[in-house]
Amino acid sequence: MESVLQSVQGFMYPNEVELQWGILIVLYPFTTGLVAGAFILASLERVFNVEAVKPTYRLALLTALAFLLVAPLPLQLHLGHPERSLEMYLTPHTESAMAMFGFVYLWYLMVVLVLEIWLDYRKDIVLMWRESSGPTRWLYGAMALWSDNISPASLALDDRIGRALTVVGIPSAFLLHGYVGFIFGSVKANPWWSTPLMPIVFLFSAIVSGIAAVMLVYMVTAWWRERAFDMGCLDTVARYLFYAFMIDFSLEMLDLIHRIYEADESFRALDFMVHTRLYTSQVLVQILAGTIVPLGMLGLVQLVQLSEKARRRIYAMAGVLTLIGVFAMRWNVVIGGQLFSKSFLGYTSYKMNFATREGLLPAILLLILPFVILAVLIRLLPPWKVQRHGAGVSG
Amino acid sequence: MNPDRRAFLQKTGKLLVLSASASVAWEAIVAGRPETAENYKMSDHWWGMVIDIDVCIGCGSCVRACKEENDVPREPLFFRTWVERYQVTPDDLEHPTVDSPNGGYDGFPVKDKVDEKVKHFYVPKLCNHCHQSPCVQVCPVGATFVSPDGVVLVDKTYCLGCRYCVQACPYGCRFIDPRTETVDKCTLCYHRITKGLTTACCETCPTGARQLGDLKNPKDPIHEFLREHHVLVLKPQMATGAKVYYNGLDGSVR
Amino acid sequence: MSGWLKDKGHLARMAGLFAFGITAFLVFRWLMVPAGFGLYGHYRAGALDDAGARPLHYAGRAACEGCHTDIVEARQGSRHARIGCEACHGPLIKHAQAPTEVKPTRPDGRVLCVRCHETNPWKPKGFPQVKVADHSDSGPCTACHKPHAPKIS
Repeated sequence: MESVLQSVQGFMYPNEVELQWGILIVLYPFTTGLVAGAFILASLERVFNVEAVKPTYRLALLTALAFLLVAPLPLQLHLGHPERSLEMYLTPHTESAMAMFGFVYLWYLMVVLVLEIWLDYRKDIVLMWRESSGPTRWLYGAMALWSDNISPASLALDDRIGRALTVVGIPSAFLLHGYVGFIFGSVKANPWWSTPLMPIVFLFSAIVSGIAAVMLVYMVTAWWRERAFDMGCLDTVARYLFYAFMIDFSLEMLDLIHRIYEADESFRALDFMVHTRLYTSQVLVQILAGTIVPLGMLGLVQLVQLSEKARRRIYAMAGVLTLIGVFAMRWNVVIGGQLFSKSFLGYTSYKMNFATREGLLPAILLLILPFVILAVLIRLLPPWKVQRHGAGVSG
Repeated sequence: MNPDRRAFLQKTGKLLVLSASASVAWEAIVAGRPETAENYKMSDHWWGMVIDIDVCIGCGSCVRACKEENDVPREPLFFRTWVERYQVTPDDLEHPTVDSPNGGYDGFPVKDKVDEKVKHFYVPKLCNHCHQSPCVQVCPVGATFVSPDGVVLVDKTYCLGCRYCVQACPYGCRFIDPRTETVDKCTLCYHRITKGLTTACCETCPTGARQLGDLKNPKDPIHEFLREHHVLVLKPQMATGAKVYYNGLDGSVR
Repeated sequence: MSGWLKDKGHLARMAGLFAFGITAFLVFRWLMVPAGFGLYGHYRAGALDDAGARPLHYAGRAACEGCHTDIVEARQGSRHARIGCEACHGPLIKHAQAPTEVKPTRPDGRVLCVRCHETNPWKPKGFPQVKVADHSDSGPCTACHKPHAPKIS
């Protein structure tokens, strides 16, 4: 406790010295952002019929599902009383931005993702049910709801409903992440958060991170399976990433310029914070390494004819940098918003523990977990055509 | 006092010598059951407070009494009420020098060097019991609320510990009690004011710098005070409906 | 499966699953929402009683004055007359409840008096303040000043 007090510079209200939200709350918007972004990429293929990105469609859906399953875990770990979290469903406070989380989450998980994946995979599930035996057979049977009708008429119906769901899904993805931005953007007591741009900035950075993540997952899985990359697909995805990134960057710069020009009562304090305690994570990592560099790399590909190998390398590097940049953006919003006093007279610092409930270790585990889930999902529901034994079942 | 007389008083009951309102309170206190204070009707009250900066001497009695009365953690960080010490250069309201060592719990030891050209004063702080409170607005489950008599309270058996309300309070009045992992804040001594007593901080303030007031009671002296002084609430731009009114509040106070 | 449902059987099962889930949720909610929730507003009405049921520590001035009438008299007209007893004597509900068993301790004047009356530019100008080091030697303040009526006459 005494050491916490020592990190205070200037004056803070006594109760403000301790940070309320740590790295787990940084993880939460990062994870939901990946979900929303991956889903929006998947929707491109379905709604706008972009054939080139088809190889990533199912992969994007499974990635979204894997991350969505993990999204509430950092929140649960953070809560003082996780056992009471069901109260969000029992007595949601309709005036609270946070109260709707449970419902937005369930809607997105059950109605959008699970249903869409189910409809898209139903034929494969039924085929795998027929082929397998033992517990696997039971599992696939359960997933098919023990209905083995894969007549052309039923599949056509599935496709129609699936498309309708995607159309509903896009605004839902916007809702899911725009809403996360609103949780921060609507806190009028905190000038670092309180801006109507926050949901939009969150949304576009989510799209950016989701596209980058799916692109990387596609590259890794193709490399793992020793398949040639579909460069047409990769180029298209990278182009979308570039466009989305341009919009995201413009919005973030608009926010920055607006703050600097308006220079309200909080400006001096925030400006000081960005130049000192937030300099590395905000200026160096987020803006420079995480935005300008990958944007430049992706822009280069659009302008100059490069070899396939060079493009692959650029995509991989740009993808990784983008994810780091978006993570840094979440960090700077969540942690940065708590480093200064609401009196604008002082600053504190964030001391991250390692192996505690809200420490770095659980955060790392929660970042690995979605990939484990994704690996399981890919095994269970292969996104690509698999060699099957037996006759008459070629997918 | 002579022992016989004391025994007599105890035997015959204190009701005879206590004032009417306090007698009811006393009965409830002795019984240990708050519900005996049956004459308290929530809808008849609307609580607020007046703080007179001009008479605050920074003794820290309020801070100590609050921690004692409400079992507030003694660690150096957590306060339901605290006192800030301001130093302001008269022509530079935007850059006051402020501190609040241990929230004022130990009073304020005199600093060696004091610039006489600078304005000095104390500012006691506590929950403003806003009736448009952002902390109540953001609570996802209804664990914090404005009571029918205008006090912002926390349901400690229902609070999730999500800390959103701590973020939403513009005044830094909330904290997480490390013992319960739930949020804690000033209750305006709800267990006292519902029994006809005043808050612990007002009870122990030696100069009357803090005065509890019932804004629904037309006879309460708070009305006269508000009428006769130029009062302000903290951060009026936040539009929270704060009900702690400051007299003599300097423009530099945040 | 025949007729209208022929190619919709799987969808009907999924719809059934959703319907079951929603019903189960509504039943669960109906069972689990605490009693009294929503009576006065979006909160548990019992929380008001909880907040009101905390133990008292400060008895309040009226309780003291019921017995200590001599002190009331002594304070009459003094500059300390309006100060709550427990501001100096500390929380004394236990003493008030059992006057003979629980005895309060006498406050230390060198701490208590000084806290209020040591000269300090933060204090309001009109408030009586002294530089304690210059004002007296290390003796107790009460040697000259009666705490309940401090003016030396």
